[in-house]
Amino acid sequence: MTDVLPTMPGLPTGETVVDDTPPMTETREEFDVEIKGTVGAPFVDDPKMSARHSNVFYGEKQAIFDVSLDIGRNEIIAMIGPSGCGKSTFLRTLNRMNDTIPICRVEGEHCLDGEDIYAPDQDPVLLRARVGMVFQKPNPFPKSIYDNVAYGPRLHGLARTRAELDEIVEKSLVRAGLFNEVKDDLHKPGTGLSGGQQQRLCIARAIAVDPEVILMDEPTSALDPIATATIEELMDELKSRYTIAVVTHSMQQAARVSQRTAYFHMGKLVEVNPTNQVFTTPQHQLTENYITGRFG
Amino acid sequence: MTATRDRIEATLRKRYRRERLFRFFGLVSLGISFLFLLILLFTIFRTGLPAFQQTWIKIDVDLDPAVLGVDRHASQDELFGANYAKAIKVSLRKIFPDAKGRKKKRGLKNLVSNSAPWQLRDAVMKHPDLIGTTHAFWFLAKDEVDVFMKGRIDRNLPESDRRLKDFQLAWIDKLLAEGRLEKRFNTTLFTAGDSREPEQAGVAGAIMGSFFTMLVTLLLSFPIGVAAAAYLEEFAPQNNRWVDFIEVNINNLAAVPSIIFGLLGLAVFINFFGVPRSTPLVGGLVLTLMTLPTIIIASRAAIKSVPPSIKQAAIGLGASPVQTLFHHTLPLAMPGILTGTIIGMAQALGETAPLLMIGMVAFVVDIPHGILDPATVMPVQVYLWSDSPERAFVERTSAAIIILLGFLVVMNSAAILLRRRFERKW
Repeated sequence: MTDVLPTMPGLPTGETVVDDTPPMTETREEFDVEIKGTVGAPFVDDPKMSARHSNVFYGEKQAIFDVSLDIGRNEIIAMIGPSGCGKSTFLRTLNRMNDTIPICRVEGEHCLDGEDIYAPDQDPVLLRARVGMVFQKPNPFPKSIYDNVAYGPRLHGLARTRAELDEIVEKSLVRAGLFNEVKDDLHKPGTGLSGGQQQRLCIARAIAVDPEVILMDEPTSALDPIATATIEELMDELKSRYTIAVVTHSMQQAARVSQRTAYFHMGKLVEVNPTNQVFTTPQHQLTENYITGRFG
Repeated sequence: MTATRDRIEATLRKRYRRERLFRFFGLVSLGISFLFLLILLFTIFRTGLPAFQQTWIKIDVDLDPAVLGVDRHASQDELFGANYAKAIKVSLRKIFPDAKGRKKKRGLKNLVSNSAPWQLRDAVMKHPDLIGTTHAFWFLAKDEVDVFMKGRIDRNLPESDRRLKDFQLAWIDKLLAEGRLEKRFNTTLFTAGDSREPEQAGVAGAIMGSFFTMLVTLLLSFPIGVAAAAYLEEFAPQNNRWVDFIEVNINNLAAVPSIIFGLLGLAVFINFFGVPRSTPLVGGLVLTLMTLPTIIIASRAAIKSVPPSIKQAAIGLGASPVQTLFHHTLPLAMPGILTGTIIGMAQALGETAPLLMIGMVAFVVDIPHGILDPATVMPVQVYLWSDSPERAFVERTSAAIIILLGFLVVMNSAAILLRRRFERKW
């Protein structure tokens, strides 16, 4: 992999890397690699969602710099990168969750099925029903399991009768792989479940409104490896019906579940490529540094 | 290594001593406050409990048509105007034939409450057939007799220092011997309005006044306070100069002397808007102003403590900000909001100063039946009675305090029960 080093612009030569500078400085210099646009294949044919020249600001501070990326239909795209690189911020622009932060400003073009989701006539409520979200920390409502799953359908009037609602709840719990564990306890509080079960409950809650896209923001970072494996299997099954964008800190997870991987660095999108390519032959020096564990 | 250990060991003893001292002080302060609470309750109950009993006098009233001036066939109007006071006077003289002379005659009349003729009138108007017969009636005893019966007048005092003279004491002894004096549970205290005569005075007017005033206060301050808190916390633009200005003012309002709110109420509600004075409506409006800052501050703290993850989950599912507020934020904040409301309402219940300005510190005999009737409130009643010269009002003052405390306990229990229903585990 070191053979890639001298070809990168602005990077110290091989000799400089091994000279007497302390390890911290070495990491910093690798960190300072200039990012000139995105390498790889950020665009696909007929994308489900797409972002063009996306810039996000928190007050004066810019968090996302000119990111352009497509999310293909029925694929899982993983977004990786060091902490504070803007991957979560970018994810949250895709269902306008950033709207809830008063100082946040979003520029650029963001489309769902070719429609601009930031257009003045676009309703964020409808958008969030079409683009669901699963959060880092399992956050079931302090209500019963049934009411947790039924909340979205009730909110949007998706069920006309109690029987229809029951069916939606059961179907969602089955799809989230939780039904067999909780079918006798539907009226017990959702907060009484284990962490992994809670996260699957949140996934069931998100898919109960039958979204087209599910955004997952580090869905397994609060879970143990067994619960993580269950969620990952679940994501793989969900892919046939939904488009999934997942932010993760675990490169193994990205490698296991995703078809494409996008690497973010300091608010910029560095590289997007098929997952196996990213983890075997990364195109960009920064990607390589990250996945080989030199920083992150 | 050992040097560090030695040094730590040297400080340890000091640290533990400080800790023990701190705990000791905590216990002492707790003990002192508990002691004072006990003393307070003990004095109030010792003084106030006798007021829950009242002495009654049995008199065989000769309902002579000649004395009354009407016969049993008279109309209700004529019965209403009959001379019942004379009938009682005549009957009393029959029991005590020795009552001769003006002084003794007046002394005789003062054994019975001056409500006795009305009591007799009501009985006769209900059963006109009683006219012409002699019938035993129980009348309220005059407050001095009542106080004496409760052992609060020392018969060994010189006669000139006593409200009851020697001949009256002799009569009371005779009445006692004949079984004509009896202490009963004092229902008047709970059913009557205020009165200049202690034996006829009750807190019903003040209780109803407090109830209506609290109702107005609650119905106004709770929704307004919660709405203001929710807006400031969830919707108001942040770092906006106006919002900061409002926040500072709300916090300061909580510390404004309550009489100022009374002045404001007088100027704005009564003089400008023409709300009738002395009514629970204007009282409730003024107390709302006083309670609002408390409720707003407590509600904001409660709303702020709702985990953002819950709000995010709701928004992520497509709930609008208002739906998120009503489905999740407010229910989860409700225990804290209710705590603030309890504190605010308890403050308002005990408040007299702001009511001074809007005419609610007044002698109101009639029991209010709505928010537009002239009324007074419990703490004002306590104040008025404590200011009255009659001996019998001393125990009634304490009794009113006991009833006020009871009112508070009932109000707070209701709020705590309500709060329990909202409390959920995370």
